Amino acid sequence: MTTLAGRLVRYRWWLVVIIGITAFTLFTGDFRLDPTTAILAATLRHSTPLVLGAMCGILSERSGVVNIGIEGQMLMSAFAGFMVASGSQSLLMGVAAGITVGALMGAALAGLSVTLKGDQIIAGTVLNIAAVGLTSFFFTQGRSLPGKTPIIRLGPLADLPVIGKVFFINPPITYVSLLLVVALWYALFRTTWGLHTRAVGEHPSAAETVGISVVRMRYLNLILGGAIAGLAGAYLSLEAVGSFERGMTNGKGFVALAVMIFGRWNPVGAWGAALLFGYTNAIQTQFQFRGWFTDHPQFVGMLPFIVTIIVLAGFVGRARPPASLGQPYDRE
Amino acid sequence: MTAVQAPLALEAIGVTKRFGSITANDDVDLQVEAGTVHALLGENGAGKSTLVNILFGLYHADEGEIRVAGKPVRMDSPRDAIAHRIGMVHQHFQLVPVLTVAENVVLGQEPTRGRGVLDLDAAAAEVTRLAERYGLDVDPRAVLEDLPVGTQQRVEILRSLYRQADVLILDEPTAVLTPQETDQLLGVLRGLAAEGVAVVFITHKLREVLAIADRVTVMRHGRVVGSTDPAETDEAGLAEMMVGRSVVLRVPKSAARPGDPVLSIDGLCVQDDRGRPAVDDLDLEVRSGEIFGIAGVEGNGQRELVEAITGLRDVLDGSIRVNGTELAGHRPREISELGVAHVPEDREKHGLIAAHSIADNLVLNRYHRPPFARRGVRQPAAIDDEARHLVERFDIRTASIDAPARSLSGGNKQKVIAAREFSHGAPLLVAAQPTRGIDVGSIEFVHRQLIEQRDRGVGVLLVSAELDEILSLSDRIGVIYRGRLVIVADAADLDRAHIGRLMLSGSDQPA
Repeated sequence: MTTLAGRLVRYRWWLVVIIGITAFTLFTGDFRLDPTTAILAATLRHSTPLVLGAMCGILSERSGVVNIGIEGQMLMSAFAGFMVASGSQSLLMGVAAGITVGALMGAALAGLSVTLKGDQIIAGTVLNIAAVGLTSFFFTQGRSLPGKTPIIRLGPLADLPVIGKVFFINPPITYVSLLLVVALWYALFRTTWGLHTRAVGEHPSAAETVGISVVRMRYLNLILGGAIAGLAGAYLSLEAVGSFERGMTNGKGFVALAVMIFGRWNPVGAWGAALLFGYTNAIQTQFQFRGWFTDHPQFVGMLPFIVTIIVLAGFVGRARPPASLGQPYDRE
Repeated sequence: MTAVQAPLALEAIGVTKRFGSITANDDVDLQVEAGTVHALLGENGAGKSTLVNILFGLYHADEGEIRVAGKPVRMDSPRDAIAHRIGMVHQHFQLVPVLTVAENVVLGQEPTRGRGVLDLDAAAAEVTRLAERYGLDVDPRAVLEDLPVGTQQRVEILRSLYRQADVLILDEPTAVLTPQETDQLLGVLRGLAAEGVAVVFITHKLREVLAIADRVTVMRHGRVVGSTDPAETDEAGLAEMMVGRSVVLRVPKSAARPGDPVLSIDGLCVQDDRGRPAVDDLDLEVRSGEIFGIAGVEGNGQRELVEAITGLRDVLDGSIRVNGTELAGHRPREISELGVAHVPEDREKHGLIAAHSIADNLVLNRYHRPPFARRGVRQPAAIDDEARHLVERFDIRTASIDAPARSLSGGNKQKVIAAREFSHGAPLLVAAQPTRGIDVGSIEFVHRQLIEQRDRGVGVLLVSAELDEILSLSDRIGVIYRGRLVIVADAADLDRAHIGRLMLSGSDQPA
């Protein structure tokens, strides 16, 4: 049919990329099932904080506020999650603390950029610097967690070949992030809240004339986005590493911004983009197992950042951000 | 008057609005009946937009009362106006370009399937129903930014109708439309009135008033000068009401002593931003020592003409010569150096660099040349000397020459531009809307300066939408209509009514 043929033509470059990645994955996995599955599982693991961070960015930017403070929001939440979890010896409390601190950081960004109408780039930078300073200052060695968030097998789904091990044997925050991708997509494009959010980000005065409060929508979105970044932080310290280290976000908040742009401010697109970035991390590990490039590991380590540069250089021009992004809204 | 009357759909009583020292609306009354088209006519700056912004809750009146369906109401925000079933079609559309037509129409009052889940099918069906009922053809699923301006305007109208507006206010709706789109819109407005909607539409085009209005209220200088039935008047009568008699202080001037031509324009053709012909085979000659005034309703090619002369817009065909030198194809700085001084229409955008100091703005056309720069290095002392001299000579009211230009009032900004442009001995001065939006004292100052320049032998091309200004300053007048000068004559040989008719229809014959 024309539709199928048409789609094949339209998405031919994506097909080439997918086939290429698949072939490369099989090759690096030595054409055996287990290593290949391991690469895919690692891809999902590495993509989780990125897609969560990107969703924080999507919420902020769809409502018209630039958020370059995702890195700081994640770091602060990772720290708060770790401190609370190690203090209370409850991982659940730790995750709740991470989400709460992320939301508070979002509220702080809203206060600076919406209420005080400050420059949004500077407001985000304030969050990043504050997070580095505060977490370094208050972090003390020697604390420990009661463990990491437990891996949950999703019944018979977990027994499926490859897919089962990649998608259905995971710890809780990873599952939540997948659900959030779908939920946020639905909320943005199928609900009144989403329509209002997009209207506020594109043309705030038009939204205001039909009775939508620009200030309220921006606060709401920044706080919700902050909570999601908080979940990303909790993922890092409580689910991925099981500890806190100074500067442990290591630029993931900024890569999340690239993921958001590559995903065209769409949660599903961002998930795809996050998987690509996660993949570049995952194959590094596999390279090490295979003993490739061991003389020059730094070149392999560069891969995620090279992909970031290529993506941003190649796609930023084509992707169109919300029209009123970065402009403080003034009623008069 | 009949004894029993339905309450008026919308009424303004004694509305007064001041902005600082300027009274934009002075004791204004307006009465709009349901099921009629009511035109609000007036020149730019007459206070029409201020009035409708008050009626829509965007501004708050200092004094006066607004009644909807006979009851006094408070209008604190557009939300109040919408609640009182007043809709407005803004001059700058309040629509979201990336959303679909249906999404734009229902935004803020969306049909849902419950729990905040959008029902876009219901929205599209409702838009289609409204569109059919009122004859506003539009595809509800089209993305707004892909649509032509006239269709986008229909979406704004639909949005008001979706909110069940009984009163629809349109702010200069035809300003952005092609003639065909204008005719369509006028038909739609008649249809709305037939459905019982009260339509208020702002315009300064007499043809439109006579074509569809049931009633016309004319404003001038912030006041209502009259309200009449268009059937009982004609273009001449309306023009007289709209333009009025001279109330602007007339600056005394002696007879002109014109010399040789400074500016000669032959067969000039220029396009507007959308690539349509704006100046069409125009001929014009300005002699030294005279003020040549161009009168016309805005949008008839004045802006494009001025931009072509000053090098801001490409010349499609024809020639522009200053003292025999061809200007077409030269860059703005070269044209400035060839001796064309320019007081631009949009002083904020083209006249000043708002964030830079007053001193820098005063030498903006000479900053790169000695004595203000030597070998590429700026000479602050020379700049400051010149600035202080000009500030005193042109009576620019500022605390410091180092203050940013944006800190000045409109009148003082214009004095900065005048000081810069009038002080370097250019043989030709092009002044576009030189007194728009500035206070009376500054207006008089600018007028005196223009006459002083003339008396020094400068050729002055004055473009203004203020007929009073044209009449009081010009030695010769040309009326521009659809990109051509339809008449050129000595100012003494033209009267106001005659010019008004030519401005509005391009000919002496009533339409």
